[in-house]
Amino acid sequence: MYIKVKACTPINEIEQVLSENNQELAFEPIDFGYIKEGKSNKGTIAGYLSCNYAGSRRFKVGSVRDHVLGFKGVNGKGDIIKSGGTVVKNVTGYDLSKLIAGSFGTLVALTEITLKVLPKKDSSKTVIIYPSNFEQIYDFFNKLSSSSSEISGAVFVPEESKDKDFVIKKNSVFKFNDLKSNVSFIAFRVEGDKISIEEKINNLKKELKLSNSDISTLDVYQSEPFWKKVNNLEVFEKTEHNLIRMVIPPANGSKLCKYLENNHNYFVDWCGSLFWIEVNSKKEEKIKDLKKMAKDFGGYLTVIKTSSEYDYGEAIFTVDKVRLMISEKVKQSFDPKRILNPGKMYRGV
Amino acid sequence: MSEIALPKIDSSILNRKNEIVKKLSKLTNIENVLSEADELRPYETDALSVYTQTPLAVVLPENTEEVSEILKYCHSENIKVVPRGAGTGLSGGALPLQDAILLGLGKFNKILEIDYENKCVVTQPGVTNLGITHAVQHKGFYYAPDPSSQLACSIGGNVAENSGGVHSLKYGTTTNNILGVQMVMMDGTICRFGGKSLDQEGYDLMGLICGSEGLLGVVTEVTVKILKTPEVVRAALIGFPSIKEGGDAASEIISSGIVPAGMEIMDKALIEATDNFSKAGYPRDAELLLIVELDGTESEVNELIKKVEIICKKNNCSSLKLSNSEKERLSFWAGRKAAFPACGAMAPDYYCMDGSIPRGKLAEALLEIKKLSEKYELPVANCFHAGDGNLHPLIMFDGNDKEQLRKTEEFGSEILKTCVRLGGVITGEHGVGIEKRELMCEMFNDNDIQQQLSIKKSLDEKNLLNPGKVYPILRKCAEEGRVHVHKNKDKFPDLPRF
Repeated sequence: MYIKVKACTPINEIEQVLSENNQELAFEPIDFGYIKEGKSNKGTIAGYLSCNYAGSRRFKVGSVRDHVLGFKGVNGKGDIIKSGGTVVKNVTGYDLSKLIAGSFGTLVALTEITLKVLPKKDSSKTVIIYPSNFEQIYDFFNKLSSSSSEISGAVFVPEESKDKDFVIKKNSVFKFNDLKSNVSFIAFRVEGDKISIEEKINNLKKELKLSNSDISTLDVYQSEPFWKKVNNLEVFEKTEHNLIRMVIPPANGSKLCKYLENNHNYFVDWCGSLFWIEVNSKKEEKIKDLKKMAKDFGGYLTVIKTSSEYDYGEAIFTVDKVRLMISEKVKQSFDPKRILNPGKMYRGV
Repeated sequence: MSEIALPKIDSSILNRKNEIVKKLSKLTNIENVLSEADELRPYETDALSVYTQTPLAVVLPENTEEVSEILKYCHSENIKVVPRGAGTGLSGGALPLQDAILLGLGKFNKILEIDYENKCVVTQPGVTNLGITHAVQHKGFYYAPDPSSQLACSIGGNVAENSGGVHSLKYGTTTNNILGVQMVMMDGTICRFGGKSLDQEGYDLMGLICGSEGLLGVVTEVTVKILKTPEVVRAALIGFPSIKEGGDAASEIISSGIVPAGMEIMDKALIEATDNFSKAGYPRDAELLLIVELDGTESEVNELIKKVEIICKKNNCSSLKLSNSEKERLSFWAGRKAAFPACGAMAPDYYCMDGSIPRGKLAEALLEIKKLSEKYELPVANCFHAGDGNLHPLIMFDGNDKEQLRKTEEFGSEILKTCVRLGGVITGEHGVGIEKRELMCEMFNDNDIQQQLSIKKSLDEKNLLNPGKVYPILRKCAEEGRVHVHKNKDKFPDLPRF
């Protein structure tokens, strides 16, 4: 249940080889190609690991860091180093794979990566529901994540936006079956064998008190492309504005939704935890407000894409003094002369 | 006591014992500082009881600020500190040092917050692993990692060791199930990594701390994820006439796409030992016993059980029993969970190993262990977390016989070398501690180890926190030229080299 690859193997190639063997990367790699170029470009596994951005299944299966079993690479001193191995259970020495995940290439130039893989699910189905207010959105999210009938994806796409182009885009991206994309909707996904999918959906309908007339259902042939579009961030295709990725504890989600309403284009993934927010280039000062809000809500934000004029500098990441001090020490231990991606992580790290 | 090299004792610290105890008594309540011989005795060892050491003093702080003040003081006075959770670790990670303070987290025994909306529990590190599940099970939730010692082991210790358990194949180990930690560094700095949100930005320092065996900081608060209890859990007890057939069935179950909640293998020696001990009703004619647990919704579990049955029959299983009630399911596990005491009843002592191998090499590893058992003339019983390739051979011996103890240690070390040769690692979940320190060179070369030591040095420059653990300091590595000594300057010159 693992795959060992050279660091710059394209994600597409890995997914293809795994698919031929009925396996997959369970963390569902996001395709950032669409927001930049309007077409698929999943990049390489090393790039992906260095960012640690997992797709819609994150809340169920973990992030990229939870699927890395080991790596080889070269640190800033020129030493070839390795950590981990090919086995799932391994507590031999510090778990450097976790540290490398999300380190933006500032610690090690990766050369080889070993990842845990999981069997592909037999089938999937997606159910669309239409909440009437913000409280109800998070009530649904909470019930979905508290159910024994496990789901593997849940997004909220809001109706409100003063931006007509965005509304048109949203309607064209989410054109599926009887899905009403002109109003706010929650979509949740159930995966597994066909019998248990039906059982889980029936359980969830009861738990969420849904009747058939309240919902739309996407079968596997529609469910799969639906989640691809979510993970391709297609509603923000070729955006010229700033794209923010904010992660917060879900209990604060409805407050954030209220703030975002009519202020920014956005959608919510990870059953209420992950917000993708587009900040218009004319409103860049708003990023500071969002940053403060992320902190107050117990989360964080990362500027994923900046508009051409935006001077991001320190604003890409947020960090407190103590964590910055420790991060500097860790950086020092891998790369004392700061030659690997200098300044990429924090100013000075 | 078995011979083990420890960091050189700083006699100046021993001479200052009274002064140090006095100062510690000012940093916490006086009754939280233990220094008399009788008071220190219970802390002389952890669950790797072949090694004992009497600490200089034991201090049991009550809050994070006290931990910080104690560490700050020890840092400024160059006093070593060994942190300890519940002391159930199997690799000697909490073995005291004569010139070190033993910092016990036993008083950090409260759950601070249960947050169902964010699906997490904020707890002090001294709360037991099972204590977390007990606190949330009435609402249908549980904490997934379940080391065998979960009744006694503390969540702080779980973080230090990155503990796993029977269910880690499907649900991951500690590192996959925590959201945040509060930690105190050796210089007294209090820091917080993660929180209640998923992932964190910047370096994954929580990931670094988890499994660092108390070498980088003292964890004073942990936020863990809780999961909804599955609707249905069923287990199957399957006997096989040969190691190969059982091993193949286990591999086929995984490669067919089934992810069992737990999958355990026991060999004939252990089937007999545990069945005698716990009367679990295991098939005694089987050479190998497979316990497969499946969870999910009712039809999901039924579907999976059907698939498992087909695979096992195809691989010539000699018996197959399904649990039809919760009571029966627990009885299937009773024998497996009694594996250690069952071996304890068969010999004066047993030594539990903890290697990991790629699952496909299971049969090969078992046959190799059998050969080694004959070579060393010591009986061995085997249990495996079959799904993830984590094996626990239990070597039975008499610790009073020094020759047997020596042979046991050599046998154990050969098993772990076999694991590495088969593409595995020397410890799957028990940690390196003091026990497997010298075997680190089997897996890592100088560069790998120096990188890890550089991290240690960057966060604990004086090497005061849990010194002598995890990293090789002994002859074996040095002789084989694997420990890199740059221009005669060791990173940690106070560590003895022979």
